[in-house]
Amino acid sequence: MELLRFFTAGNVDDGKSTLIGRLLYDSNSISTDIIETLTRQSKTTGINTDIDLALLTDGLRAEREQGITIDVAYKYFSTDKRKFIIADTPGHIQYTRNMFTGASNANLAIILVDARNGITDQTKRHTIISAILGIPHVLVCINKMDLVDYSEQNYKQIEADYLTFAKQLTLKNISFVPASALAGDNVVNKSKKMPWYNGKPLLEFLETIEITKTTQTDISRFQVQYVIRPQTDELHDYRGFAGRVVSGSYKKGQRVTVLPSGIETTIDKIEVNQQEVEVAETNTPVVLHIKDDVDISRGNSIVPTKHLPKTEKEVTATICWMDNAAYIPGQKILLQQNSFRTKAIVKQVISKIDIHSFTQLESDGAMKLNDICKVLIKTAEPISFDSYTDNRNSGSFILINENTNNTVAAGTID
Amino acid sequence: MKSKDYLDELEAEAIYILREVAGQFDRPALLFSGGKDSICLVHLAIKAFRPGKFPFPLVHVDTGHNFEEAIIYRDNLAKQLNETLIVRYVEDTIKAKKLQDGKGKFPSRNGLQTYTLLDVIEEFEFDACIGGARRDEEKARAKERIFSVRDEFGQWDPKMQRPELWNIYNGKINKGENVRVFPISNWTELDVWNYIKREKIELPSIYFTHERECILTENGQLMNTNEFVILEEKDVIVKRNVRYRTVGDMTCTAAVESEAYTVEDIITELKDAKISERGATRMDDRVSEAAMEDRKKRGYF
Repeated sequence: MELLRFFTAGNVDDGKSTLIGRLLYDSNSISTDIIETLTRQSKTTGINTDIDLALLTDGLRAEREQGITIDVAYKYFSTDKRKFIIADTPGHIQYTRNMFTGASNANLAIILVDARNGITDQTKRHTIISAILGIPHVLVCINKMDLVDYSEQNYKQIEADYLTFAKQLTLKNISFVPASALAGDNVVNKSKKMPWYNGKPLLEFLETIEITKTTQTDISRFQVQYVIRPQTDELHDYRGFAGRVVSGSYKKGQRVTVLPSGIETTIDKIEVNQQEVEVAETNTPVVLHIKDDVDISRGNSIVPTKHLPKTEKEVTATICWMDNAAYIPGQKILLQQNSFRTKAIVKQVISKIDIHSFTQLESDGAMKLNDICKVLIKTAEPISFDSYTDNRNSGSFILINENTNNTVAAGTID
Repeated sequence: MKSKDYLDELEAEAIYILREVAGQFDRPALLFSGGKDSICLVHLAIKAFRPGKFPFPLVHVDTGHNFEEAIIYRDNLAKQLNETLIVRYVEDTIKAKKLQDGKGKFPSRNGLQTYTLLDVIEEFEFDACIGGARRDEEKARAKERIFSVRDEFGQWDPKMQRPELWNIYNGKINKGENVRVFPISNWTELDVWNYIKREKIELPSIYFTHERECILTENGQLMNTNEFVILEEKDVIVKRNVRYRTVGDMTCTAAVESEAYTVEDIITELKDAKISERGATRMDDRVSEAAMEDRKKRGYF
């Protein structure tokens, strides 16, 4: 069975948590004791006579008190066709960083639009973030159709508005579904109240949409996470490089280059769970052995000699600044790309992206919380990378503040 | 290329996380309880690090209220794998710190474990503790990162969590802080059982059906009769065929009626089950809506 990871974006006011609650509830994924708890809680909050499905996802005390989603909540359910991981992300602008967290691993975005309000600034922001993160599918769920008398005209207008806006972005697959999460229309079951809609209900979309690989290329990439050296009598010379095949595949006997050193060598042996294999495919945890006695350590890349990534000390990237403290170019910082870490500085903030119109603004130099900027970064050690569009894995990084150790930015390499 | 099964994907993710721990920390530890989730972690560690030794010891915080079967299993496993096992006892912490032991009819030491855990972290200066918690267990857990940073007091601050993007885990901390790492965050109870079946992992016998003498509580839970539980005249004692869905402190972990003799039977039962894992078996989470969130803030897993 396949696994689909998706995230939901929108405010509680748009019915996001209710939608997730509806998906879980109507697909029989909620246990009776949890329904009992909810019924009890729903009575306390007094929002609904029935059960308040939104209470399923808001897990923190502060969230229940304020009726908002602050941080990502992960929910799990499965049907006969697929297994799903939902990242329920917050909609408010001050929690954009948490939305990035939930969205970064997703294959699909559900963007909620309130049928009464149409496209808002928030819809645009969520869409732009989806585009920056290269989410393969966007499903626009036009919710609360019950409150606009299930009007086809209303739906068509929002669809047209959205497409006009999205034209300037790089999103590949956009679909629309009219729904009412509260009433259960077109979520799990097809609605009888919108006979003019010939498409699938939301769950059917989730069950049938093609799960696109997050790497566009079949070019092989591997980064060393850990060196296995048992140093026992019988395994005296054993030196294996443990890591994951990030993309493509690796074969025994293949010519490879170690980066950043640039030394060429050959793959001698590939082990998966202590068994020798000839070929290891994408996403397999492996231990690679190489022929020559080359200095290789954590964070180094082992890549096919025929298809090298770029290895440079300067990269241009789009980054989202996530820290409360602003950044002034020139401050020292750490850059981490999977298992590779180096000192770095952002030399220049080239431009800022207006998150509501997707236009480039002139930069005032500094980066503040939730700013999305084009930047030029200089690293202390050379970094081996692909563009994010080609490879989500070797084209993404985070920035870490050296004093607080906090993750302060997420970046995608141009 | 044919699409991979979701268990392969979950396994690859967990092994990746374990290797990140090994690569990023000086003194990691794997918290081992003898329960199915931590048994899966050990199995994943074998896949991640063999033929090398584990880059961490197994650490068990022993409440003294454990099922004997789980303890025997724990000791055998450590011996068989030739890995280091460190055991610290809640009993000792209670004596040394003059703490109030669990009170009442079912005197749980679940909350007291936190003290021993924080002590053992300090004693060995562990900078990362790997645990088998899953996000589907409870709604505060559903909010927690895979690398979850705790301050010097072991506390979790749910409003100040680090962003966690893609497969990039930031384990940088200051001295005295530590990171709790949850490699099977994205697994559900059913995933764990499907994995146990696929990998043919052996488990302590209490996970399977057996006849047991239990107290039938007023709300219908089946509690083990043991030396720690205070029996009263009015207690209804029954003999039932039961199994355990979780293996925790005996005094607050309920059994469920079951006819499951094999892992396959358990999977069938779970697919039909209408009660969540913690709801069925844990008395400690029934205290309040935020019981788990509050315990985690104090340093609990």
